[in-house]
Amino acid sequence: MANRAQIRTNNSALIAMIADEDTVVGFLLAGVGNVDLRRKTNYLIMDSKTTIKQIEDAFKEFTSREDIAIVLISQYVANMIRFLVDSYNKPIPAILEIPTKDHPYDPAHDSVLSRVKNLFSVESVASGSR
Amino acid sequence: MAGQNQRLTVVPTVAMLGVVKARFVGATRGHALLKKKSDALTVQFRQILKKIVNTKESMGEVMKTSSFALTEAKYVAGENIKHIVLENVQNASLKVRSRQDNVAGVKLPKFEYFTEADTKNDLTGLARGGQQVQQCRAAYVKAIELLVELASLQTSFLTLDEAIKTTNRRVNALENVVKPRLENTISYIKSELDELEREDFFRIKKIQGYKRREIERQLAASKQLNEEQFSEKVSLQKGISHNLLSAGEKDEDIIF
Repeated sequence: MANRAQIRTNNSALIAMIADEDTVVGFLLAGVGNVDLRRKTNYLIMDSKTTIKQIEDAFKEFTSREDIAIVLISQYVANMIRFLVDSYNKPIPAILEIPTKDHPYDPAHDSVLSRVKNLFSVESVASGSR
Repeated sequence: MAGQNQRLTVVPTVAMLGVVKARFVGATRGHALLKKKSDALTVQFRQILKKIVNTKESMGEVMKTSSFALTEAKYVAGENIKHIVLENVQNASLKVRSRQDNVAGVKLPKFEYFTEADTKNDLTGLARGGQQVQQCRAAYVKAIELLVELASLQTSFLTLDEAIKTTNRRVNALENVVKPRLENTISYIKSELDELEREDFFRIKKIQGYKRREIERQLAASKQLNEEQFSEKVSLQKGISHNLLSAGEKDEDIIF
């Protein structure tokens, strides 16, 4: 159990986001946005010009930052860096795949839900949801 | 199996038997406890799993509502509201704090969100559409609430998964490696002790038999001696004359 990541009990952590503009604007409106002294944001707005490299860098940065507890990532963005998301297995920060307006949510792609399905048959998951 | 014929390298003595037996008792108790722990974790795990699936389903609904609220706000307040929002970002007012829950010795993180300071976007949409903007904000706060809950469930899921794997590994190690090895050691020590006892018994018997034979031989020897002495004495008493007589009769050296 020694190799398990220590769970920090700090009193305030941030929620990071990688999503399209509308989703980010909505969450910023709710007040999750943060800009630190070096003008670093805790969110990345996806548009048509964003490269995969940028997403990867942002994902790696958010998952390694100490003050971030949850990373929200749009599912279609997560699909672009699926290998990174799937290989990530630390409990904190938690990666959450969220649906977006343009892309309907597909539970089959979710890294956690697919792991759930590995443990149980599809039927039991479906019956558990009812 | 490989662990079947393995045993600890110990000197087969009674003291060592006691030690190994104590270890075996300890291993058995530890195995039972770990098994219980694993069961408790699995129960918790299944509950969390069910909750995760439910929350994931409802997440789609909540996100849809909040997206729609944003569209409403945009429609009323104009497209450029997003620029205002993006420019107004300073410090996060909505943050997450984490605390620990303890389930059967496994620490599970629990997130909860809280608003630290009043939001900077209070004046957003002051010109027009303020109502819609506030509604949109409320909708997204609700979404955050759900997402934070989902995040803590998911984190618990991963932590529990790991913990269950570790516990099961330990249970299996105790059951399939440690306990058979100790059992083998105990039976080995017992068989060695039995062997020693049999050897001792045999040796004692052997020595007893040897001693008895020796005594019998001595008895027999003394008896023979007694008999010989006795017969000698008897023959001495009545046989001298007889001997002399017979010697006189049968002496062939006598010529005449």
